Amino acid sequence: MRYLPHTEQDRKDMLDAIGAKTVEDLYCDVPQKALLQAPVDLPLAVGEMEVERTFSAMAAKNLSPSIAPSFLGAGAYRHHVPATVDYMVQRGEFLTAYTPYQPEVSQGTLQYLFEFQTQVALLTGMEVANASMYDGATATAEAVLMAARATRRNRAVLAGGLHAHYFDVTKTSAHSLNIELVHPDSDPTRPADPASVIDLIDDNTACVVVQSPDMFGRIIDLRPIAEAAHAKGALVVAVTTEIVSLGLLEAPGNLGADIVTAEGQSLGIALSYGGPYVGLFATTSKLVRQMPGRVTGQTQDVEGQRGWVLTLSTREQHIRREKATSNICTNAGLCALAFTIHASLLGEEGLSRLARLNHANACTLADKLAAIDGVELMNDSFFNEFTVKLSQPAEEVVEALAKRGILGGVPLTRLLPDRNDLKNYMLVAVTETNTDADMTALVQALEEILS
Amino acid sequence: MSDQSRDLSQGRTNVPVGGSQAPAQQTISGSKGLDFAEPLIFELGEDGRTGVDLADVKVSDNRLGGLRRKDKVGLPGLSEPQVVRHYTRLSQKNYGIDSGFYPLGSCTMKHNPRVNEKIARLKGLGDLHPMQPTSTAQGALELIDTLAHWIKTLCAMPAVAMSPAAGAHGELCGMMAIKAALEDRGEADVRKRVLVPESAHGTNPATAAACGFSVDSIPATERGRVDFAAFKAKLGPDVAGIMLTNPNTCGLFENEVIEIADAIHDAGGYFYCDGANFNAIVGRVRPGDLGIDCMHLNLHKTFSTPHGGGGPGAGPVVLSEALAPFAPLPYIVHGKDGFDLVEHKADSDAKPFGRLKGYHGQMGVFIRALAFMMSHGADGLRQASSDAVLNANYLRAELQDQMSVSFDGMCMHEVLFDDHFLKDTGVTTLDFAKAMIDEGFHPMTMYFPLVVHGALLMEPTESEAKETLDLYIKTLRGLNARAQSGDAQFFKNAPVLTPRRRLDETAAARKPVLRWSPDAN
Amino acid sequence: MSLKFTKDHEWINLDGDIATVGVTAYALGQLGDLVFVEVPDEGRMLSKGDEAAVVESVKAASEVYAPVSGEVIEGNAGIADDPATVSGDPAEDGWFFKIRLSDPSELDDLMDEEEYDVYVESLD
Repeated sequence: MRYLPHTEQDRKDMLDAIGAKTVEDLYCDVPQKALLQAPVDLPLAVGEMEVERTFSAMAAKNLSPSIAPSFLGAGAYRHHVPATVDYMVQRGEFLTAYTPYQPEVSQGTLQYLFEFQTQVALLTGMEVANASMYDGATATAEAVLMAARATRRNRAVLAGGLHAHYFDVTKTSAHSLNIELVHPDSDPTRPADPASVIDLIDDNTACVVVQSPDMFGRIIDLRPIAEAAHAKGALVVAVTTEIVSLGLLEAPGNLGADIVTAEGQSLGIALSYGGPYVGLFATTSKLVRQMPGRVTGQTQDVEGQRGWVLTLSTREQHIRREKATSNICTNAGLCALAFTIHASLLGEEGLSRLARLNHANACTLADKLAAIDGVELMNDSFFNEFTVKLSQPAEEVVEALAKRGILGGVPLTRLLPDRNDLKNYMLVAVTETNTDADMTALVQALEEILS
Repeated sequence: MSDQSRDLSQGRTNVPVGGSQAPAQQTISGSKGLDFAEPLIFELGEDGRTGVDLADVKVSDNRLGGLRRKDKVGLPGLSEPQVVRHYTRLSQKNYGIDSGFYPLGSCTMKHNPRVNEKIARLKGLGDLHPMQPTSTAQGALELIDTLAHWIKTLCAMPAVAMSPAAGAHGELCGMMAIKAALEDRGEADVRKRVLVPESAHGTNPATAAACGFSVDSIPATERGRVDFAAFKAKLGPDVAGIMLTNPNTCGLFENEVIEIADAIHDAGGYFYCDGANFNAIVGRVRPGDLGIDCMHLNLHKTFSTPHGGGGPGAGPVVLSEALAPFAPLPYIVHGKDGFDLVEHKADSDAKPFGRLKGYHGQMGVFIRALAFMMSHGADGLRQASSDAVLNANYLRAELQDQMSVSFDGMCMHEVLFDDHFLKDTGVTTLDFAKAMIDEGFHPMTMYFPLVVHGALLMEPTESEAKETLDLYIKTLRGLNARAQSGDAQFFKNAPVLTPRRRLDETAAARKPVLRWSPDAN
Repeated sequence: MSLKFTKDHEWINLDGDIATVGVTAYALGQLGDLVFVEVPDEGRMLSKGDEAAVVESVKAASEVYAPVSGEVIEGNAGIADDPATVSGDPAEDGWFFKIRLSDPSELDDLMDEEEYDVYVESLD
C-alpha cells in the first residue's frame, strides 16, 4: 500500500520497543467480542489506475453541465473559474494545513482569511465578516439564531422568496431552540409585496429574513422592510444566493441590513453536485460578539511586525462549551481561499464586467423565451435568473429537455413540492458561460416540446 | 489604491530575527530570502488592472428594480501574475501535512493523496449541478450510495445520514435525530438532560445546548475513562442520552463501552458516539458492535480529505434501527428507474427531522473519501488503523522516560502527556510547543483535553515513517534536556525562525481589527 | 469599608444598602489579561445567582454572578471601554457594578476577607 511507509521489519522493531508481541496487544482495552479477527466484507486494495477507472465510469453516467447547455441555478451557479484559482488552492501548504491554531506557521491561511473577511464586508456593504460558514443555508440559519440571542426574542419572519432549502435549514435549527418562524406563502405570480412581510413583524420579532434576488429571481427593495423592522426593534437579515449579483446591485448593507448571509459558491467554487460551498456571514461591529464562526484579526508579533491570529475565540465552543454562540468548529477554509483568489483576479472592474455579462445574457434569454408560444416571463426584475410559466408541467419539460441533452431549468416544485399550483413554473439561470448557441438550443427545444 | 500601498515592505519593521540564535540581517525590501514581506491584496492593486479578460458590455437599469449599485465595491485591481505571486508567497508562510510532521492530537493529519484531487475534478462529477434531474445524475447518486455502503459496513450500522457538512454538524444531526426520536415517543419534554464526560471536545456540550438539552458532566477516573459508577448514578427518567467519544480524547479505548451502552439503553436514553477518533479502530472494531445509536465520521480526518486550513469537511452520521427513521433530508432510495433522491417530507415514508444544509451533502469530500477507502480496501484500512495505533504507542514508549504520560497502559492512535515533566523548569506547555516549531515540527494539540494539566496530545497517524518518528523523538528529548537545564528563556523566545514570532492575541481581542479598511492601515 | 466575598471570587464593598461588586485579584490572575467586559445596565433587577456581567480573556470566558439580589444602579462603563482597568482591589476604580440590596440578609452567607483567603489557599 503506497500510502503506508512501514516495512514488516519496522513494525516488528516498533512492537519490540513498545514491549508488545503483536498488534493485537495494542488493542488490549477493546472488549474481546468486539475485536474483529479479519477484514470487513468490502473490496480489497486496488491501485491508482483502477480507482480512477471506477470513478470515471461513474462520472460517465452523468450528464455534465460542461458539455450540455445548462441553465440551472436555484442557489448554485455555473461560472467560469479561472485556472489560476484551482492551481493555487492545490498548493500543499494551503490544501493540507489544519485550522490556523499556531499563528507563527499559519500566516498564509490567516492573511487570506483576513482578505476574505474584507472582501465579504466590501461586497455586502457591512462592517465585519467572519471566516466563512458551511454554506448559504446554514449561514442563514445561524443568522436567525444570532438575532434571537442579540434581541432576546424568539420569533423570526421569513419572506416568501427565501430559498426553500434556506427556509428548511432555518426551520430545523429554530425547532431545536423553540424559535417561532412565520412566513407568507411564496407567490412568484405577482411582484413581491413588502407588506406581506411587514404585516407579520411584531414586538417579539427578533429578525426579518429577506432574500434578494429572491428564490424566483426578483430583486427586492430591502428599505421599506428594514424601516418597519427597525421600528419594532427587530434585526434585518439580508440573504443572497448569487454573490456575483452584488457586482451590479446595491449592497444590502446600504439598504438597512444588520446581518448579511450569502452563498459564495459563484466565486471560485466548483458546482460539485451541491458541496462543499462557502457560506458568507457579515454584520455590524456592534453585533460582532454575537457572531458565530471563526474570525481572524490583525495584531503584531513581539517584534512589532504586523500579523494575524484567530480572535474573539471566547464566543466559540472550545471555550464556551454549552454557552457558545454556535457549535460550529470548522469553516470552509479552502473554499474561502478559492473565493478570495477569484475575487482578487476579478478586482473591481472584473467583477463589474462579470455581473453585467450575466445580466445581459439573462435579458437576452428572457426575451427569447418570452417570445415562445407557451412561455410566460414572470419577472419584472432579475439579475441572472428568472421564473417562467410554461404551458406544460415543468418537471416533464425538464425531463424532455434532458433527453435532448439540455439542462434547461429547475421546476419550482422541486423546491416547493406541496405547491401543485406552481407545477408549470420553471427557474432559468443564465451566466457568462452560456453561449448564443446554448440559448438557441434551449429556445428551439422548448419550441418543439411546447408546440 | 492609496499611496501607502507602494511600500511593499509594509508590515515589516526590519527588526533582526532570531534573538540570540540567528544572525541579524536587515534588508531594504523587508523580505528575507525566501521569507517574503507580502502586503495585503488591498495594498497591491491599481485601478484599471484586472486578472480576467471579460467583455465590457453595457446593461440598462430597466430590469434591476431600481437597485443598481451606486458606489464602487472597493476591490483592488491586479493582473493575473500579481495574484499568482501574492498567494504563492502566502502559501509559503504555512505549514501543511505536505511540509512536515503534524502530530496535532484529535485532528488526524494524515497524507492527502493527490489522485483524490484529480478524481474530484473529473467532468461529470466536479461540474455536476445539484438541481439537475436525478435521471442525469445516476452516477453521482451511485457514488454517494457506494460511500454510504462502505461507511455502514465499516461501522456495522444499518443507516447513514450523508448530508452533514462537518463533524460538529454531524453532532447536530445525531442529537437532532435523538430529539426527534424522543418527540416520537412523547418524551421530549421529560428527557432534557444529556450526559457528557468532562474530557469531551467542546463541540459536544455546545451541540447538546444547540438542540435544547441541558448538559450534565461526568467525571473521569484516574485511568482516564468514564467513571462508570458516577455515570450510572446520573441515569434517570430525564436523561436523553450520553455523548461519548470512543476512543476517548485521552487517546484511550473506553473498555466499559458496552456496559455504558447497555446502561443508557436500560435507562431509556440513546448513545451518541463522537467518531472523531475512528482512525484508531477502522476495520478492527465496528462501533455498531459496541451498542451505539449514532456516530459521526469526520471524512476530513479518518478518510484523508484535505483540511484546507479549516475546512471543508464532511460529517456523515451512522444511525441505529431506532434512529434511522428520523434521518434528515435528503436521502437516496433505490427506485424502479435507478437511484432517486427524497428531498421533502411529503415524499418520505419515514419521519425525517428536517434538513441540515442546502442540497445533498459535501459531494467533493465524498468523492475524495471514497477514493481513499477504495485505494486502501478492507485490508489496507485495517492495516492503516493499526499502523496509526502502533505509531502512537511507539511515541509513548520512546518518550515516557522523559515526558509525563498521563495514563498508563496502551494508548490508541494518540498519546496524551501532561506538563508534570516541565514542573519547576519555568517552561509551559505552550513554550515547549513553540520551540518545536523552530525545529520544523508542527506542535501537538495543547491544553486539550481539560482533564489533565497542561495537556500535550500527540497523534502521529499511519502516514509517518519510523525515521520521521525517530527524529521527532530525538528532538523532543533534546528539547526536554534543554528545559531541564534551566534555559527557560530559550523557550519563552520561541519561535524565532518563523515568518512571524509570537503574536499579541490580547491586543487582537481587545480592539478587534477584523478587516482592512482604506483609512486604518 | 465593609468587604465580603463569594466562592465565585467576587468582592462586595458595602456602603449602606449599596453594594459595589468586583472580581477578586485571585480570579483575575486565573483568567489572564482581560480583553472584554460586559456590565449590567442601570435599572436591571438581579436575583442572587443571576448572570450579571461577563469577563473574557483570550482563552477563557466567565460570568460574574450577582452575589446579592437588588437593582443595578450603575454598571462601570470605564471597564467596559478599557478592560485593562479592571482591578481586584476594591480601593481602585476597577469594579463591575453597584447594586441596591433588596434583601440584606443575603450578606450573611458571604465570607469575610480572612475566610476568603483561607478558601483561596484551599484551592491551590
